[in-house]
Amino acid sequence: MMDFELDQEQNDIKKAAMEFAVGEFGPGVAPEAERQPRFPLEILKKASRLGFIGMHFPERYGGQDMGVFENALVVEQFCRQHSTVGTALSLADFGSEIVLRFGSDNQKQRLLPKITEGEGISSLAYLEGDQKTGFTPLNTVAVKNDNGFRVNGKKYFVANGSLSGSMIVLCKIKGSESAEQVLIIVDKDDERLQVSSPNVWLGLNMVPLCTYDFHDVDVSYDDVIGNGEKTDFHFSHFLNEMRIERAAMGVGIAQGAFDLALRYARQRSQFGQRICSFYAVRNKLIDMTSRIEMSRLLTYQAAVNFDRNKASEKACCMAGLVSAETAFDVANDALQIFGGYGYIVENQIEHFFRDARIMSIFGESEEVLKSIMGDRIGCG
Amino acid sequence: MDFHLTQEQEKIRQASRKFARESIAPGADERELTGEYPYGVLEKMGDAGMMGIPFPEKYGGQGGDWVGMHLCIEEVSRADAALGALLDVSTSIVSQEIYAFGTEEQKLNWLVPLARGEKIGAFGMTEPDAGSDPAAVQTRAELREGYWIIDGSKQFITNIGLKSASLVIVMAKVRTEPHGKFSIATIVVPKDSSGFSLGRRYEKMSYHSSATHEILFDKCQVPEDYLLGDINKGFNQHLTVLETGRISVAAMSTGLAQACLDQALDAVRSEYASPRDIMASETVPFMLADISMSIELSRNMYLKAAWLKDQGENHTLEAHYAKLYASETASKITSDVLKILGPSGSLSGQPVATRFLMAKLNEIVEGTSEIQRLVIARELLLNRNRVGGRN
Repeated sequence: MMDFELDQEQNDIKKAAMEFAVGEFGPGVAPEAERQPRFPLEILKKASRLGFIGMHFPERYGGQDMGVFENALVVEQFCRQHSTVGTALSLADFGSEIVLRFGSDNQKQRLLPKITEGEGISSLAYLEGDQKTGFTPLNTVAVKNDNGFRVNGKKYFVANGSLSGSMIVLCKIKGSESAEQVLIIVDKDDERLQVSSPNVWLGLNMVPLCTYDFHDVDVSYDDVIGNGEKTDFHFSHFLNEMRIERAAMGVGIAQGAFDLALRYARQRSQFGQRICSFYAVRNKLIDMTSRIEMSRLLTYQAAVNFDRNKASEKACCMAGLVSAETAFDVANDALQIFGGYGYIVENQIEHFFRDARIMSIFGESEEVLKSIMGDRIGCG
Repeated sequence: MDFHLTQEQEKIRQASRKFARESIAPGADERELTGEYPYGVLEKMGDAGMMGIPFPEKYGGQGGDWVGMHLCIEEVSRADAALGALLDVSTSIVSQEIYAFGTEEQKLNWLVPLARGEKIGAFGMTEPDAGSDPAAVQTRAELREGYWIIDGSKQFITNIGLKSASLVIVMAKVRTEPHGKFSIATIVVPKDSSGFSLGRRYEKMSYHSSATHEILFDKCQVPEDYLLGDINKGFNQHLTVLETGRISVAAMSTGLAQACLDQALDAVRSEYASPRDIMASETVPFMLADISMSIELSRNMYLKAAWLKDQGENHTLEAHYAKLYASETASKITSDVLKILGPSGSLSGQPVATRFLMAKLNEIVEGTSEIQRLVIARELLLNRNRVGGRN
């Protein structure tokens, strides 16, 4: 059964997400000044009220009982209208899928409704520097005790770090035979945590990044995910889900940059004709739209399979790689079509260029994705 | 054939490198972050003679050549590409246009302070509807009672917002006879002319420390003898100096890319101790090999174009090749180095992150990549004096 059509409900979701995004942060409805970019909390609240945040959560936690595919449709539409606002909104639930899929009822009850209500912004602390080969924690160590774990160590580039909400932390269990890991939940406002002042990347700069220091932070069993078992599986399952969402961001960013470039190319005249009639520009636009469609198909395929419990790591990695690279190449060409105008902030194409570059850097590196892909296609 | 620099050229390269490392690099990231203008550094660059390398001493220059000038631009851009852009505009374009087409009096008046770096020049060509197609300029100049009266506006004018910016050379439509056809003339407009005003400063993606403004002419008045060169040949004069500007953008791109390679090597060198380490994970080493090769090619290309210019030979193709290749590969290099450095190198304000945003502009300014290809294609297909792309 091959079917490339969205069903009625999916079409409605896509349309609603697009209308919301156009009205709240589409081109011309510029958010606050980009030089001092702030997380779009107000827009998040509105998006939450309309059910766009955590769409793939069950209804009892404030979600819509949808799949990651429907969530990807929303993410795509948001990022298409504004790459910086869209990515920030999309990442408000970052990491929470670990609890959604593998948390206890109590943990879900505590965390998930806050996320869907836009009251708590989720973080995942899994990086300990520029990890290039994977995410095995080395320095964040959890020591088992009677009540749970005591955690020491340091995590870097924690997205949404300075925003209130819960944080899931990947730790190494001390004394365990084979680099055993555990995922724990902490509250970012917990005073036992030391948090740095936030940084931002050159793109995605509404998402604050913090460094967290853990000094003898005690975590009870209530805050340990999956009783501390099968953590590797839980985390790699999450990575696939993250890859799909990131791929959807890439598709949206690329589509948004393309929309603007096409509109500009149809308006702008030089040498007495519209620049879209020059083959140098026209061929670029053709290539851009073809590649966007390619990464969209890969992304949708990975998402649909995930929802049918046929998640494929290879498909997720492939979508991730292709979509990130396409997003950048398309945004790069879009800015090129704008010429000097593209470089001016108020024309709103430059943030697509910046945000697109971070698609290959955020979450996991191209190198990591390629190393997994290499194994999956039989080069291991 | 001789690929060695002359002693003079080598001296300029070494002196520029040292100067850039000591006096330009330290404040570069901060200037880019705050958008502060490079006052203090600029004066030192002037004192060091950087703005006047290719001009004779009697015009305030160093009596050097364009190879030397571009070696300097590369080294300056390696520390801060915004200052490379300043040199490109003030020296390669504006000062050269005065030097090449000005009268003796104009050279003494305007070139001398520019070449000494006491004043900075700006170039007024681009307009809202005249970007890739500069012949479409709408700014008009009319001669009335011994004065040019200029009306119109120009956009994206680099350097003009600096305190020391003294003048802008303006491309304007003029009529040599009443009701006759328009031609394009070049007029020197001092910044303090009546009817000249500075428009808004642009909020750009990068080059925040570069003083880029819109400029407005409202019955702007300058004396008749501020016309530069031939009244009918302003456009060709501009094209001549822009050809040098293209070499300068290539040198800027080379310096900017070199700075990123420097950073990448510093970051990863400790991970590789033996050939076996490289074989075990050659993705990054191979990227570095490509980066280094592209930089070497870019450098050779801008040097060849500059050398041809110094020989007085045609270098249209070489200047365009250099600009196109060096700017496109510099962009790719900055992107690749971001991937090599990962999340920490991509933080806003980090040196490579900053250069990534800067590199893109070099694919746009002084003719987009598309315009470079157009010129090259015209030379190949329409210039019958060429055979297979050679002179």
